[in-house]
Amino acid sequence: MNSFDNDRPIYIQLVEKIIKSIISGEYSLGSKLPSVRELAVIYKVNPNTVQKALSEIEDTGLIYTERTNGKYVTNNEKLIKKTKDKLASEITSKYIDDMNKLGIAFNEISDYLREGK
Amino acid sequence: MLLECKHLSKSFDNKKILDDVNLKISEGKIYGLLGKNGVGKSTLLKVINNLLTIDEGEVLFEGKLIGVYSKEHISYLPERTYLDKDMKVYDVINFFDEFYKDFNKEKAYKLLKDLDLDKDKTISKMSKGMQEKLQLVLVMSRNAKLYILDEPLGGVDPATRDYILDTILSNFNEGASMIISTHLISDIERVLDEVIFIDKGKIVLTGEADEIRKNENASIDEVFRRMFKC
Repeated sequence: MNSFDNDRPIYIQLVEKIIKSIISGEYSLGSKLPSVRELAVIYKVNPNTVQKALSEIEDTGLIYTERTNGKYVTNNEKLIKKTKDKLASEITSKYIDDMNKLGIAFNEISDYLREGK
Repeated sequence: MLLECKHLSKSFDNKKILDDVNLKISEGKIYGLLGKNGVGKSTLLKVINNLLTIDEGEVLFEGKLIGVYSKEHISYLPERTYLDKDMKVYDVINFFDEFYKDFNKEKAYKLLKDLDLDKDKTISKMSKGMQEKLQLVLVMSRNAKLYILDEPLGGVDPATRDYILDTILSNFNEGASMIISTHLISDIERVLDEVIFIDKGKIVLTGEADEIRKNENASIDEVFRRMFKC
């Protein structure tokens, strides 16, 4: 959870991590997010990086700021579902792509899925 | 602007150690001063702490020439330990508490505990790594505006490095800034806002860490290695 790849901007990776936690329900619908400082300690990054990541996520609508009270996860279930579907199809097409590169045709993939469960 | 270095130059034995260094440090950011060994990192930090005279240029802290005022607000971790080896840990804490107005004794004791240091231990009986941790505790227990850490990770093992980075991150004041010098870039780069590359006494690159990663498609460590191939 706290591992970052130094090759890519840290804030972008943090955006991805937090969004995943929202989708998975770790930060649940309508709940209050930890403060910037708490998030900095949780993810072991600089508070400014957290700030930047949060404002990026806020632009997607997945979180919102309640004046002086901190940041909250959206109540918009549809938006979370949409984000989840989008991420899931990205992961899936990457997987299919990787399998194709191994010379495994699309109709053979299901065999591997069953074996690997 | 918290700190500004203007046209700093310094020579030792006709060799330029700092060569027209210009640097601006603003509030609320963590800076990495990155360079190979012997390129002027420690010299620059000593100059900022008013411990070395310069041949040319000036250093301003909140617009004032460095001196008593800047020393009250800059918490400095030097490269080498300066503690009296016969003192016990709690003696040093009392000493710092008397010496610095902004020293927070409770915080110091809490950090000692977090880092597993015994307050009754005599410094000469502590390992090098433990002494480094103690110095870090002292420096981070001040409520400073600027923290300057010269190679804070040098003598400690990689597992402790992470621990020290956490301590640094969770203990520096909001609004304060920090300059960390190191050649161990990959260990530290994830916590940096801005990087300053120094080579042969000159500042050769400054910028936002994430911006550089994006533009170069590489880690700061990688960019550094490409730049200073040796």
